Amino acid sequence: MHITKLLAKNAFRHKLRTGLTILGITVAILAFGLLRTVVNAWYAGAEGSSASRLVTRNAVSLIFSLPLAYMDRIRQVPGVATVSYANWFGGVYIEEKNFFANFAIDKAAYFDLYPEFILPAAQKKAFLSDRKGCVAGRKLAERFGWKVGDNIVLKGTIFPGQWEFVLRAIYTGQRKTTDETQFFFHWDYLNETLKKTSPLRADQVGFYLIGVKNPDQAADVAAAVDNLFKNSLAETLTETEKAFQLSFVAMSDAIIAVIQIVSFIIIIIIMAVMANTMAMTARERMTEYAVMKTLGFGGWHIAGLIFGESLLIAGIGCAFGIALTFPAAKWFSDTMGAFLPVFNVEKKTLYLDFVAAVIVGVVAAAFPTWRAVNTRIAEGLRRIG
Amino acid sequence: MVVIRDLNKSYTRGTLEIRVLQDISLDINEGEFLAFMGPSGSGKSTLLNLVAGIDQADSGTITISGVDITALTETELARWRALNVGFIFQFYNLIPVLTAFENVELPLLLTELSRKDRYEHVATALNIVNLSDRTDHYPSELSGGQQQRVAIARALVTDPEILVADEPTGDLDRASAEDVLGLMTHLNSEFGKTIIMVTHDPKAAERAHMVRHLEKGFLDAYNQTPR
Amino acid sequence: MKAILFSYSYRNLWTRRLTTALTACGMALVVFVFAAVLMLAAGLKKTLVETGSYDNVVVIRKGSQTEVQSGIDRDQARIIETQPEVAISRNGQPFLAKEMVVLIELPKRGTKKLSNVVIRGIGRFSFDLRPQARLVEGRMPRQGSAEVSAGLSVAKRFSGAGIGERLRFGMREWTVVGIFDAGATAYNSEIWGDADQLMQAFRRPVYSSVLFRLRDSSDFQSFKERIESDPRLTVEAKRETRYYLDQSEVMAKFLHILGLTLTIIFSIGAMIGAMITMYSAVANRTNEIGTLRALGFSRASILFAFLLEAMFLGLVGGLAGLFFASFMQLITISTVNWQTFSELAFSFTLTGSIVYQSILFSIVMGFVGGVLPAIRASRMNIVEALRAS
Repeated sequence: MHITKLLAKNAFRHKLRTGLTILGITVAILAFGLLRTVVNAWYAGAEGSSASRLVTRNAVSLIFSLPLAYMDRIRQVPGVATVSYANWFGGVYIEEKNFFANFAIDKAAYFDLYPEFILPAAQKKAFLSDRKGCVAGRKLAERFGWKVGDNIVLKGTIFPGQWEFVLRAIYTGQRKTTDETQFFFHWDYLNETLKKTSPLRADQVGFYLIGVKNPDQAADVAAAVDNLFKNSLAETLTETEKAFQLSFVAMSDAIIAVIQIVSFIIIIIIMAVMANTMAMTARERMTEYAVMKTLGFGGWHIAGLIFGESLLIAGIGCAFGIALTFPAAKWFSDTMGAFLPVFNVEKKTLYLDFVAAVIVGVVAAAFPTWRAVNTRIAEGLRRIG
Repeated sequence: MVVIRDLNKSYTRGTLEIRVLQDISLDINEGEFLAFMGPSGSGKSTLLNLVAGIDQADSGTITISGVDITALTETELARWRALNVGFIFQFYNLIPVLTAFENVELPLLLTELSRKDRYEHVATALNIVNLSDRTDHYPSELSGGQQQRVAIARALVTDPEILVADEPTGDLDRASAEDVLGLMTHLNSEFGKTIIMVTHDPKAAERAHMVRHLEKGFLDAYNQTPR
Repeated sequence: MKAILFSYSYRNLWTRRLTTALTACGMALVVFVFAAVLMLAAGLKKTLVETGSYDNVVVIRKGSQTEVQSGIDRDQARIIETQPEVAISRNGQPFLAKEMVVLIELPKRGTKKLSNVVIRGIGRFSFDLRPQARLVEGRMPRQGSAEVSAGLSVAKRFSGAGIGERLRFGMREWTVVGIFDAGATAYNSEIWGDADQLMQAFRRPVYSSVLFRLRDSSDFQSFKERIESDPRLTVEAKRETRYYLDQSEVMAKFLHILGLTLTIIFSIGAMIGAMITMYSAVANRTNEIGTLRALGFSRASILFAFLLEAMFLGLVGGLAGLFFASFMQLITISTVNWQTFSELAFSFTLTGSIVYQSILFSIVMGFVGGVLPAIRASRMNIVEALRAS
């Protein structure tokens, strides 16, 4: 008789109890995996950043802009390969809950700096030649059913007014982790309009993007750029793209910490439930274990049976939990997609699921095993049920 | 007082149908002490269960003091049992988390008696079984014989017409068994309780007025051993 | 009758202490999370709702969602100042403040990590317009000076923001001359200074918003309609309470969904735990159940006894969970409001309603977990039950 078969038969003696325990583990693993995926999604921006890109912004805070005039001076800093710029536009599409990131970009070099945004050549050309043209990510276009050629209107918040664009290109991401929900249009269009309506705000850039020749030099280039503008009207703060993204994540780090703590609490709860199940099971089989000992089975054998059964139950629950994580993640992403554009279940999460299940199985079996192994045969035989 | 007519009962084990009782008819008089004996599977316990109202026959009638219990609904039967039957089981079946006193009080909770009246009844019952000094003890703190006496007190406390006993001495040593049997005889002779008992123990059967034998679901037509 | 029923249920839980404890622990954790989520939402709401007075009106540029995005130039501000709905203060001046809001980054005490802080350029009446704020130390900054006052939360957590200390921003040094406490409102995370001085320092020639008290609360609607259709202005007006509520809508919604999801998941866990325990309890007491039924106890009474036991279990877990959750009130969470980029600090607030909801929740969890096992117990066949060992 194969050991797994014995374990399975034992486990399913009490179909209902085992079934409920498995259900509990499934739910726990599912929740754990989902929460971890949410946390990972938060860091996705930072994960997807390039080591050879730097972001330069006003040192005071993000809401202050930088003069366009800085562009030439930055370009001359040794180690700088490409320079581009953009403004966070913050436009609203129809209503606020349709939130997505939209930027006014420097058409010349922006997409050179972001090779992971793949645009078909014809579309890119169309965008570059239309001043009112715009580019949208694939997921974003799918969300609103946009097709190339559509008219799109954004309501300005920082820059008031109704802004009209024509969708000229849809980009796809090179990797699974690339954000496909962004929206870009010409900075020139923004600037020209500003010159007419509020000239004081014209020729201002939200942030500069710098591509360095050698990623190892990133820190030096950053320091050099900031040095250039020290003690000027608009001092700069240059950091790697990753550091820049992480500073956004850090804004919510309290919430992220809470989510991580909660995900561990879930595992602890299910451990308690599982421990309960194994304790009950072992108690009922006291006599059986005593009988097996009389037959010559040693403590290790008994331990093996109990641990084996516990791990089997945990394993089945884990498998179901992992299987359900994928559709659950999809649902979550569809509902909350706006805030967390990249929502993938990572391999690391699956490994953690597995480890969690093993820990639960082991901890749950520990005390019952100790008790079963240490009960003397005569005492075990005396117990009736 | 107990009139049984054409009682039939079968069980289905998997695909097999086993006829446990076949066309049983029997009269039991008031104040009688009757014992059922027979080999395992003869149906004696089943017959006891049916008379006590905890099982339902496939066909036939059982009339006790004019009440046809086979015609009662589940709820009515429960009520009837509470007032009319006292149970004595082989393994005592006391509630482990209740004290001796509370165990005896249990059936009275199904009546309308006040707390004061209940306490009086319990005290009386425990007195009859000679256990007034152990009332606060839990079953785990009492010997087998003492537990069975508590069970008998519980069976008496509602002053039922019939006492049914299923192997009352099965789990007791000789001395305790004699003790319990003496008590039962006393209840029958002094208090006029009708007792129906199922037993393997010949010494227990000796105490009964009448012994009937069951074999393969049939009641003996002859071989009655009146005393 | 009732007394024995309760003792029966309670004592059975006590007899199988380990199992009872484990199950109750599981349920306690569930109730803890449930209560904590509700407390967080209540804390957030309290912070935001209390920020703002119903009779104050905030005017910002049309289309901007927050003060930070908004801009109102001096001419527009002057027009608003002359509107009839603006209350008049004791010395005959309009009870109104023109304010400028910027965000800067300052290092936190101890870690040197930078975090966003709101700098508010205030007018003479800014402090009085906000009855929630009171001075705890020092005084309000003088007009025309490089003085500032800091909210309690900022003074505590950012370096250089304590009384007498100096802050450096906008290429100047500012001395902290006062600390104010604005309770659970967003103002506690702000630094206030003279609007004109700050506008110069940051080279922002426009105000961000105008705040004033309504002469009469019912004047709001007419004011709003007139001001928003005035061709000289491109502004919108909101009651101050509404303005702050809108600012946290996204955050509140996210927390709400997260909380709901967690609660559902945890409830399922609690029910499963209770179910397993109760099924086992029923299985172990099969013989006992048979005896009780034989004695004449009805199916309903058996059902009730086991349900009671399950609900007790839930209640014990619930009280324990609530007890630990109440300690969360000592924790303050600070995060950044995604809409305004300004720091938001709020704490867990335990209200009577949350206590009530948590207890109810735990009892219901016990009930739902115990109902199926209790039904099974009540439907047992007496003879079979008696036969069980």
